[in-house]
Amino acid sequence: MKKFGKLLAATALMGLMAGSAYAKTLVYCSEGSPEGFDVAPYTAGTTFDASSKPLYNRLVEFKRGTSQVQPGLAESWEVSEDGLEYTFNLRKGVKFHNTAFFTPTRDFNADDVLFSFNRQRLTDHAWYEYVPGISWEYFNGMSMPDLIKDIVKVDDYTVKFVLTRPEAPMIANLAMDFASIVSAEYAQQLEEAGTPELLNQEPIGTGPFQFVAYQKDAVIRYAAHPDYWQGKQPIDDLVFAITTDAAVRAQKLKAGECHVAPYPNPADVESLASDPNLKMMEQQGLNVGYLAYNTQVAPFDNTNVRKALNMAINKQAILDAVFQGAGQAAKNPIPPTMWSYNDAIQDDPYDPEKAKEMLEAEGVTDLSMEIWAMPVQRPYNPNARRMAEVIQADFAKIGVDVQIVSYEWGEYLARSKEVDREGAVLLGWTGDNGDPDNFLAVLLGCDGVGGSNRAQWCNEEFEALIQKAKTITDQEERTKLYEEAQVVFKREAPWATIAHSVVFMPMSKKVEGYVMDPLGGHWFDGVDLAE
Amino acid sequence: MLKFLLNKLVLIVPTFIGITIVAFGFVRVLPGDPILALAGERGVEPERYQQLLVQFGFDRPIWEQYFTYVIGLFQGDFGTSIATKRPVLNEFMTLFPATVELATCAIIFATLVGIPAGIISAVKRGSWFDQLTMGTALAGYSMPIFWWGLLLIILFSGVLGWTPVSGRISLLYFFPQVTGFMLIDSLLSGQAGAFRSAVMHLILPTIVLGTIPLAVIARQTRSAMLEVLGEDYVRTARAKGLEQVQVVGVHALRNAMIPVITTIGLQVGVLLGGAILTETIFSWPGIGKWMLDSISRRDYPSVQGGLVLIALIVMVVNLTVDVLYGLINPRIRHQ
Amino acid sequence: MTDPTLKNIDQDVVREEARKARWSVLNEFWHYFSANKGAVLGLCIFGFMILMAVLAPLIAPHDPNLQNRDAFLVPPVWQDGGSWAYMLGTDAVGRDILSRLMHGARFSLFIGVVVVTISLIGGILIGLIAGYFRGWVDTLIMRVMDIILAFPSLLLALVLVAILGPGLVNAMIAIAVVLQPHFARLTRAAVMSESNREYVTSAKVAGAGHMRLMFKTILPNCVAPLIVQATLSFSTAILDAAALGFLGMGAQPPTPEWGTMLAEAREFVLRAWWVVTFPGIAILVTVLAINLVGDGLRDALDPKLKRS
Repeated sequence: MKKFGKLLAATALMGLMAGSAYAKTLVYCSEGSPEGFDVAPYTAGTTFDASSKPLYNRLVEFKRGTSQVQPGLAESWEVSEDGLEYTFNLRKGVKFHNTAFFTPTRDFNADDVLFSFNRQRLTDHAWYEYVPGISWEYFNGMSMPDLIKDIVKVDDYTVKFVLTRPEAPMIANLAMDFASIVSAEYAQQLEEAGTPELLNQEPIGTGPFQFVAYQKDAVIRYAAHPDYWQGKQPIDDLVFAITTDAAVRAQKLKAGECHVAPYPNPADVESLASDPNLKMMEQQGLNVGYLAYNTQVAPFDNTNVRKALNMAINKQAILDAVFQGAGQAAKNPIPPTMWSYNDAIQDDPYDPEKAKEMLEAEGVTDLSMEIWAMPVQRPYNPNARRMAEVIQADFAKIGVDVQIVSYEWGEYLARSKEVDREGAVLLGWTGDNGDPDNFLAVLLGCDGVGGSNRAQWCNEEFEALIQKAKTITDQEERTKLYEEAQVVFKREAPWATIAHSVVFMPMSKKVEGYVMDPLGGHWFDGVDLAE
Repeated sequence: MLKFLLNKLVLIVPTFIGITIVAFGFVRVLPGDPILALAGERGVEPERYQQLLVQFGFDRPIWEQYFTYVIGLFQGDFGTSIATKRPVLNEFMTLFPATVELATCAIIFATLVGIPAGIISAVKRGSWFDQLTMGTALAGYSMPIFWWGLLLIILFSGVLGWTPVSGRISLLYFFPQVTGFMLIDSLLSGQAGAFRSAVMHLILPTIVLGTIPLAVIARQTRSAMLEVLGEDYVRTARAKGLEQVQVVGVHALRNAMIPVITTIGLQVGVLLGGAILTETIFSWPGIGKWMLDSISRRDYPSVQGGLVLIALIVMVVNLTVDVLYGLINPRIRHQ
Repeated sequence: MTDPTLKNIDQDVVREEARKARWSVLNEFWHYFSANKGAVLGLCIFGFMILMAVLAPLIAPHDPNLQNRDAFLVPPVWQDGGSWAYMLGTDAVGRDILSRLMHGARFSLFIGVVVVTISLIGGILIGLIAGYFRGWVDTLIMRVMDIILAFPSLLLALVLVAILGPGLVNAMIAIAVVLQPHFARLTRAAVMSESNREYVTSAKVAGAGHMRLMFKTILPNCVAPLIVQATLSFSTAILDAAALGFLGMGAQPPTPEWGTMLAEAREFVLRAWWVVTFPGIAILVTVLAINLVGDGLRDALDPKLKRS
């Protein structure tokens, strides 16, 4: 009976779609299937593109095309003197999706905020494990359970976050995907019906598009949310055609089967850009790929040895062979699009002769080392194995013998954390919230030794700078501290900074108003299709 | 007959237990850690890691995990996918119709082409048709199908633009999934052109997946026919002056088909294996691709459940073929 | 003490007889085998492949792993932009495809030989034991074989490789494990039908031990079907290894294994047909040649088909 009801609903909806014969439909050939449609349990960008971006809003949002924060479901907010209390004034009249499976009876309010966060935070919450095996990885990964002491509903449209310590990036954190606001009323309805798992399969949010249907591993369909608080979208329907193969995506773009397709093969970029029906947008990715030496193991504990090796790496060759032009040489540990990027820093020159001399001066001869190459493709490193091969050839020129090592991905991540690890590790990082702290403290802070700090590098001077920057809210002051930290980094060279990738986005010339997200997401609100 | 069936069924039980042990054991010894692989560069805190171990049940002794798993199996609980947090059986069943549809079309294609080709080859033994067919069949049997698929895409989608590159149906068509079989659903939807689109999407994958079964069936049909044509009663029929068509059609064919049917049944394993490659090339949302993805994601419960379900399907089909064979050919039963 | 010279003569005669008999068997075999034109053609191609594999380092025009940064994706010589330096063109990083194919032949033949050897020896041992001892040993072994055969072979090989770690050696082990039950079943069936024959019974009566009975008396009489199966497995091994390589679980780049080459070439499907086409042709031709030989062998060795 239930199935029949669903069928009826779907048929009704279909009639609706067929009725509007001139409906504007935008097709996005996405690179993979979403793991689910509730955002918070997941960590993958592909999932966020299909869930948090079209379906939900957050208290604060990143201004499109930047990593700056602007009001979202919260119209405004105040931070207390001591930096421990954040009070948000919520927007009124925000409607949730009205779909075949849910009819909201009230507007968005403080209850939804409390529900969205408390289910991730309170282990005794009814929704803490609403599907067996579900967990809140991002929330935990950002140390939110320790950071948030309490969330208080002051009144229906005022919510107060109480923290355990001052945290400058807090507002930026709340703009992240895991902080998406879901409907408490819908959750209650599902709970009463005994089908909580549907929260993850038939989602309800306040976002610009509402969920219509998902055919696993094939197609996701959305329709514009007619009562969206920022107004209805220019397009009527949004379709995600899941196409895992990059060559196939390129083919579909050319054939006009999709309007937008992410992550082209570097090899296809040229032919796509020259297609008369297509245009190509590009942007520097908010990421960095690096080679981390283990600074606690000889001879890599010697700054001059690390410097010498850095000078032997031909970054241009890597950009050509591995990124095929879709990259930019890196000199700092943070990408150039991020605020506080210190452009005054000079990169180590490529000079194998000098590098060899420096090694000899340090008494390092017949050096033999391991370079670890990741088994997976990442935005900051499209082919780690090939990159390792290029570096191997470069190091051979200065008499350093390299063995390339690789492990299964989980294993790779685990082993590379070990403090007494042999060899240098190829790895990278993609920014979450556009805050430099998200790079510098995580990747190079003393807390990260034995963990995310793969160089096992703990430098007092550097540490003091980034710790100080974390507690200050004034951005100008923070910028100065971070710029200085980058000078220390370059002097000490715990990594060879390799490259920041450039992200290409081919699309049909009919697509108007698409803005690339420096944080790597794909947004379709505000996008239109020319007739 | 009942005894024959019972005998076969009794054999299935230990094999099935063995399969669960193998699937469970394999997955336990897979290197790498699903929790760490899922967390990526960001990593997990040690305490959190412990919590997750407990949550997934990985902290308990192996044998206990195994028994919990088997008890779950009998209640239809194949575990929860680590990646999607949805029940494995659920995931499997949503994707399975796509694979069944593809495999069915492939086997129909292989049978419809393979059997006539084999018969004609046998009747016109030694003719140019026979040599050409058998040469082609051997080439088909030797075909690396993943390459064959790429080649067909280059030709039919790239150069000629006749067939779509991937997927099951054009995005223009949208209708509820009643059966999960796109051919049927598209007809039920009543939308003009939907069925045609579904057919166009099926053509290349069907050919690719059907190539090896086609070659096997053609060869098998030919040799079975040759054998039967050489037997006394056929010779007698011929001597009696019966028409060639009648001899071949009525007498020889019926007897020659027995081994051919078995051969067709035995192609199920080949099809499910081939589905991994075919579905990968054509982005076909079926279980072959899903298994491959699950293996590379280290999604333990999915790999485990998929192995058990696929083996179960192969076993049931083989059993059915055995029983059918026993029905057609009573000699087997009494052995 | 008998006359030593007499004994020698005796032995010589016996040896001569045996030699003649062997000759005639071989002669007869070649007679039937060469009647099959396809089989002879297959044998020639296969011989050519072996030659190419052996001589690859000498005749390949380039180092298979040498990346020429000035010659990315050069088309084959007969196309515009092609050059004689790279007869079949170059791949995405400027490696000569012809040289890679030649070196790839070594990997494919090596895979075939190793896999068949492992699975043949393993399968024969297991099958002999099961067929000879019968009883619970047989039941247990055959159930295990059933379990292996219940999984689609490529899927099982994939999971095994995932366990062992991707790579050429592990791929070969996985494929050998998957192919081995066929040999075991074949050997067992042959052993069971042979062990009731008179010559076995008489050997038993004469007091031959288990080992002698299994290996010296019974095994040589099951050789024919095993040879045919071995040829089939040889081609299956090459195909499966290429499939694993294609799925990224077999030989790892930059190894010039044909399947791995195809995997690397996949992104150029619509742009550079030659990087996709040639490795596939190499696989197809090699496997086809082996299967042709296999067909010929079966015709020559299987007395039942011989008559018809």
